[in-house]
Amino acid sequence: MNLTLKIWRQDGPDDTGGIHTYEVSGISQDMSFLEMLDVLNEQLNEKGEEPVAFDSDCREGICGMCSLMINGEAHGPEVTTTCQLHMRSFSDGDTITIEPWRAEPFPVIKDLVVDRSAFDRIIQSGGFVSANTGSAPEANAAPVPRDKAMRAFNVATCIGCGACVAACPNGSASLFLGAKITHLGELPQGQPERWTRVVDMVGQHDHEGFGGCTNIGECAAACPKEIPLDVISQLNKDLRTALKNGH
Amino acid sequence: MAGSTLHDGLTPLNEASVQKSDDAHGYYTLGDKLVDPVAPVGPIAERWTTRKFENRLVNPANRRKLDVIIVGTGLAGGAAAATLGEAGYNVKSFCYQDSPRRAHSIAAQGGINAAKNYKEDGDSTFRLFYDTVKGGDYRSRESNVYRLAEVSANIIDQCVAQGVPFARDYGGLLDNRSFGGVQVSRTFYARGQTGQQLLIGAYQAMERQVAAGTVEQFTRHEMLELVVVDGKARGIIARDMVTGEIETHLADVVVLATGGYGNVFFLSTNAMGSNVTAAWRAHRKGAYMANPCYTQIHPTCIPVSGDHQSKLTLMSESLRNDGRIWVPKKKEDCDKDPRDIPEEDRDYYLERIYPSFGNLVPRDIASRQAKNMCDEGRGVGPMVGDFRRGVYLDFTDAIKRYGKAGVEEKYDNLFDMYERITGENPYEVPMRIYPAVHYVMGGLWVDYHLQSNIPGLFVSGEANFSDHGANRLGASALMQGLADGYFVLPNTIRDYLADGPFEKIDESHEAVVEAKRSVQERIDRFLSIDGTRSADSYHKELGNIMWEYCGMERTEEGLRKAIDLIRELKADFWSNLKVLGSADTLNQSLEKAGRVADFIELGELMCIDALNRRESCGGHFRAESQTDDGEALRHDDEFAYVAAWEWGGDSLEGGQPVLHKEDLIYTAIEMKQRSYK
Ligand SMILES: Cc1cc2nc3c(=O)[nH]c(=O)nc-3n(C[C@H](O)[C@H](O)[C@H](O)COP(=O)(O)OP(=O)(O)OC[C@H]3O[C@@H](n4cnc5c(N)ncnc54)[C@H](O)[C@@H]3O)c2cc1C
Ligand code: SF4
Ligand code: FES
Repeated sequence: MNLTLKIWRQDGPDDTGGIHTYEVSGISQDMSFLEMLDVLNEQLNEKGEEPVAFDSDCREGICGMCSLMINGEAHGPEVTTTCQLHMRSFSDGDTITIEPWRAEPFPVIKDLVVDRSAFDRIIQSGGFVSANTGSAPEANAAPVPRDKAMRAFNVATCIGCGACVAACPNGSASLFLGAKITHLGELPQGQPERWTRVVDMVGQHDHEGFGGCTNIGECAAACPKEIPLDVISQLNKDLRTALKNGH
Repeated sequence: MAGSTLHDGLTPLNEASVQKSDDAHGYYTLGDKLVDPVAPVGPIAERWTTRKFENRLVNPANRRKLDVIIVGTGLAGGAAAATLGEAGYNVKSFCYQDSPRRAHSIAAQGGINAAKNYKEDGDSTFRLFYDTVKGGDYRSRESNVYRLAEVSANIIDQCVAQGVPFARDYGGLLDNRSFGGVQVSRTFYARGQTGQQLLIGAYQAMERQVAAGTVEQFTRHEMLELVVVDGKARGIIARDMVTGEIETHLADVVVLATGGYGNVFFLSTNAMGSNVTAAWRAHRKGAYMANPCYTQIHPTCIPVSGDHQSKLTLMSESLRNDGRIWVPKKKEDCDKDPRDIPEEDRDYYLERIYPSFGNLVPRDIASRQAKNMCDEGRGVGPMVGDFRRGVYLDFTDAIKRYGKAGVEEKYDNLFDMYERITGENPYEVPMRIYPAVHYVMGGLWVDYHLQSNIPGLFVSGEANFSDHGANRLGASALMQGLADGYFVLPNTIRDYLADGPFEKIDESHEAVVEAKRSVQERIDRFLSIDGTRSADSYHKELGNIMWEYCGMERTEEGLRKAIDLIRELKADFWSNLKVLGSADTLNQSLEKAGRVADFIELGELMCIDALNRRESCGGHFRAESQTDDGEALRHDDEFAYVAAWEWGGDSLEGGQPVLHKEDLIYTAIEMKQRSYK
């Protein structure tokens, strides 16, 4: 396949940046989207132009590192991560626009690479269970009903990629937040800190500059792990309960 | 006499090895024998308990004054940062990703072992220990492995307390499955995402300490040099990958938890950034690299589809329970639609060669036979170069037996993943699989305390060598990473730190200045070669050499050839590399150049190690050492040792690595040949 790529290039955080156009040829259907960019970068390097910077690591859909807006959609046209998107989703002669995640709390570092450390800071504010090492009770001491365990697992699969934020017109991270609140809230281990957790995490979320949720649902539609929208209801419910009880 | 290498109080069950052959003569020099100076004594079940008691304590007020650097935030590093932070030490944690949560451990699929005996099926600490030593072809250390089995049960307790959502049965209790040919059900799992859930647990525990102020985290930072002062590890030089700044971080103790080096093969199931740099830089500063040639190759990966491929994806081994593996009998049939090839023209080669095990032969055999079929020209799938690298894994019979719905229920997400990557529907066309590099058992040499031969440098997880021998059983790498991080290091580092407070050093110290200068010079050199080839292209070429000659099957002749080819490649790399951009911003080409340079040197050592070891064991198959019917043949009399290599200078300048042998002496377990037939 031959493709025309319109790619956001930005030298550094302070550069204004802009779209550059590249032609790339010899793309096979079997390539992943990132392998297609590898080919482009080899070609650029040969020509003496600096390769396009983009993030990836596992290339298996699990680490959450890859992050591209492809034709205006987070992770592109399919419900998956960018690394698992393959070129057979495109056609010969297509023009593809590639941009970084767009959200104020995710500043651009270079080209397509953004800074998502705000997510780490949200976890630091309460996204954990305070269990000291070496003093844990026997694992089967507290059984977890199977439906709760399943629900906790299903939402714990969030990979922290940030596609939900990039897809949201408000730049809200509520899906990410809701996934963690629900994961820990479903389990007996998560109960002691349940109410302070939600208050602190929402506080940090707002402090980082993420927007509020207005139930548009673009987040869940873009989420490669299919985290359901109802985790946001759980989030709001926990927050209401916590505030009512003075946490 | 074997006993002479041991501390008092233990009776060895085997003799020390005496190497008679020497294929690698001329490629290395022989150094002194090596002994683990802190190897424990006494009955095996009491060794760790006794040692924990003997290890000295550090009082809480003093802990705050002691600085610990941990490089790596996978299961091994993340768990250690969380635990040492919680204990009150001053921890600095480093990783090259944008968040600690993205370390390569996140990708592990199958599960984690623990001797909980929840199923009352006869499991015990001793059985887990026994299976692990045997599975590793008797090339691991018994004391270390026993400890691993012993703390395994605590790991599950710890993770559950953190909220890790393991699979549960209808009663709400933890569920297990069996894995990798073991006869008991001891594997805990979280669907196909066990690594992710365990890592998120460790990451959250670590972030809790970041909030508490005991752990400071440095993301997008790459360690490029170890600082050694007066023979002790005292810090690292790291590059801030965003600003390009070369930073010095000093401490009282340094932990490397930097993962494995399988990416030396270019194509592997490892993450793109997995590298050997931290370990290799430490090696060049004097740390021994042990058993580098031990590579685990996994038989059921999605095959290479073309030259563009950047990495390989693992498919769970459980597929071999129901899929039948075959290739066409005739080469002419290889490009036909497999559905048009009649039964009598198919070669179900595993069922033919191993009638009793069939498609369920162990990993190394299944892998090697797939390669043999493709080497004969009977591989299937697209041509990659002038080769087809794939064999069929056919579910037609299984679909007939259980119906499509039955197969779907068992393997659904794997079938989806396969379809996404290959574009083929495996319910209709047989899947194609091929072996791929998956894990490395070699790594930096450590003693029982996980301390390298450089005092103050500790190594944990896949980056060290001690627990898996020549072959790793499924679900045991996750166990080792967390055992090291949560339970072993906190006890052994404490003993080291009890010698403190250590003399403070500052950035103007000669050793620090020198380390920093060497990093800067190296970066300047990469940017100034101004040749014609990208770092990636060298990496790919190195990978081809390694796979061809130091992959699933190795021969004396092939390994010699590989060493020559790698030396040529190294010379070319340093004169013809092209790295664009500058050093003071994010520069991914520059990062790759540094990693590839280290992989080239490691690759050379792997070949020398493989050449030296004229025996077949686990992930190392030397064609010269096989039984009449093609099985791996070990030589315990000659090779029951750990090969610990000391850096002896650059081979292009006449340097040669120095081999130190540590005899593997068993006191609690008897060495036996593994048999598959
Ligand atoms: C696809 C796949 C499936 C697997 N499935 C299983 C399984 O089911 N069960 C099992 O037991 N094992 C499994 N394994 C093996 C297991 O996942 C790994 O061996 C294990 O996770 C390694 O953990 P680690 O903490 O040692 O290193 P890693 O998780 O690899 O972490 C390495 C860390 O070091 C950092 N780092 C590396 N170099 C530098 C540097 N120079 N500077 C700064 N930071 C650096 C990285 O950023 C990262 O944080 C699997 C492996 C693969 C590839
Ligand atoms: S909720 Fe979904 S889209 Fe958002 S970070 Fe998690 S996995 Fe990514
Ligand atoms: S690179 Fe890891 S999820 Fe895409």
